[in-house]
Amino acid sequence: MPSDLIHKFMRIDHLPHIWCAGCGNGIIMRDVAVALQELIDDPDCRVSREKTVIVSGIGCSSRAAGYMDFNSIHTTHGRAIAFATGIKFARPDLEVIVLTGDGDCSAIGGNHLIHAARRNIGLTVIAFNNDIYGMTGGQYSPTTPTGDVATTAPYGNIDRPFDIAQLAAGAGASFTARGSAYHARETIELIKQGILHRGFSLVDVYSACPTYYGRKNHKGGAVEMLTWQRDNMVPASRYYAMSEEKRRDKILVGILTHNDFPEYTQQYAQLLERAREGK
Amino acid sequence: MERKRVLMQGNEACVEGAIAAGMRFYAGYPITPSTEIAELCALRLPQVGGRFIQMEDELASMAAVLGASATGVKAMTATSGPGFSLKQENIGYGCMAEIPCVIVDVQRSGPSTGLPTSPSQGDYMQARWGTHGDHPVIALSPSSVLETYKLIVRAFNLSEKYRTPVIFLMDEIVGHMREGVELPDPNDLIINKRHISYHDGANKQCYYVPEGKYVPAMKPFGQGERYNITGLAHDVSGFPTNDPAVAEALYTRLMEKIDRNLDDIIRTEQVFMDDADTAVVCFGGTARAAMSAVLQAREAGMKVGMFRPITVWPFPEKQLRERLPGLKRILTVEHNYGQMVLEVRRVAEGKVPVDFLGRLDGTVISPDDILGALRRTEV
Repeated sequence: MPSDLIHKFMRIDHLPHIWCAGCGNGIIMRDVAVALQELIDDPDCRVSREKTVIVSGIGCSSRAAGYMDFNSIHTTHGRAIAFATGIKFARPDLEVIVLTGDGDCSAIGGNHLIHAARRNIGLTVIAFNNDIYGMTGGQYSPTTPTGDVATTAPYGNIDRPFDIAQLAAGAGASFTARGSAYHARETIELIKQGILHRGFSLVDVYSACPTYYGRKNHKGGAVEMLTWQRDNMVPASRYYAMSEEKRRDKILVGILTHNDFPEYTQQYAQLLERAREGK
Repeated sequence: MERKRVLMQGNEACVEGAIAAGMRFYAGYPITPSTEIAELCALRLPQVGGRFIQMEDELASMAAVLGASATGVKAMTATSGPGFSLKQENIGYGCMAEIPCVIVDVQRSGPSTGLPTSPSQGDYMQARWGTHGDHPVIALSPSSVLETYKLIVRAFNLSEKYRTPVIFLMDEIVGHMREGVELPDPNDLIINKRHISYHDGANKQCYYVPEGKYVPAMKPFGQGERYNITGLAHDVSGFPTNDPAVAEALYTRLMEKIDRNLDDIIRTEQVFMDDADTAVVCFGGTARAAMSAVLQAREAGMKVGMFRPITVWPFPEKQLRERLPGLKRILTVEHNYGQMVLEVRRVAEGKVPVDFLGRLDGTVISPDDILGALRRTEV
């Protein structure tokens, strides 16, 4: 029941949220809340509310941290993963979840993303990826497709876009996945797996910004943008049943990489043992 | 108990003092001439159960320190000029969100890459005004290896007490100088712990400050109290606000927690000032040459004293003002183009003439340079 979820996990005094009508961010924030609820309510699961910290940077997506009734810290632009690294490294027993955006984590914060992935520190990063800088009014981001227009690309964007999930995977992230605002059920499951995963995990979730991206690029309103996700993004169960040719134009909703590289704070615990023994 | 005498570098004393103060988290990025601090933290912190991490850049180091401190651990980073510039935005975050931490800046010559291995005191103003916006600052500057050890303990104490980043403004002279020192017994040190008031259940008013107090007392993250931290102007619940009255109350309290506690925060060293008609004002490593020059001037019959701010920010305005009636001249000596002298002139304006001796070429100002300046325009 959504209303129970809101009462239990949202700071209702601080709602309604600031996002525009039709924004995908609200759906993704709910996905995170449902994932957490299911893990916290599971008596066999280590995740507890008091030991969960939500960290965000700056931008539309990053307002989500403040709406969620956990320990939350809304940091500086691009630095959420670096703050989160400090929290996790100081207190490895905490579940540290980073809510960030495409600009926040792959432009100004790109360095922290790749290095946290390389270290394989046990953070869970949820990228609310809407292909645009929404908070500042629609400038092109590192995920804006080539050729699209933005307020800072009035003649069309000539940059080539990042694939955030592939970027993290390339940097060594031990769990990477892609979800979308449309595929809520699958995305909740991916977020749960990301949280349970001991190492660094990243879920790149396609959001939708009808106000500053869809409208300017003739991609329609919220319904059309979510319909595009339905028609062009395919959950893993169906994706892998498709022929390679059919897959070519489709985007996978599911896990991209999953392995058990050693987690950073666990490695450090072993280092502490060695230092104690004077080795 | 007899204490062992050891030969130690300023940068080493900084680490040992910080560990004695309870520092158990260090995040940093290599930069000359502060690198020894990171290296020694990497070696020493695991031995005391602490945590060391080399981050990908200076911004990340500052962010990790703030994140760690939000969980209650005493945290530090160290850098030098260019890195200090890069850390500034997150230092402002620490001021705004009231997260204690210590930032060591072993100053080197600038601007830009400048003279990386040469002494400078060019970050004096940056320590005060480096981050954007109006904010409180505490900055301390040691002038010897032993003082580095003792003063870094005080830096942590002030940081925890006033819940604010404290800048530890070293310079290459003190950082790389080796001296024989007898370190104090760690049990004799006064160590402040962060004041935490335990609330029942989920307290929504984490930034509430009772009448007569200056800082909030929320529990660190992960201890059962759920709240929000933000760099936006916020109300007592920790949530963003655009309400001018609420914002003004926040900014006023942030300034007043420092401005109303100056006597607790400010320390100076004053030598031969009681009968002095001339004061040499200096800070940090420059005081070594200044003290030597003052002693030589005294031998030559000149009534010269030394006034050294140990707390360099806030500037010891009251303490200097008290000395003005006996003075005919002030000579401010700094390894820069004239930064603290602006504060000295502001305080002495119209009462005592202020001269300046500075240096930018990367070499050290000698006692003879200072003595010469004292003689040249002797009143």
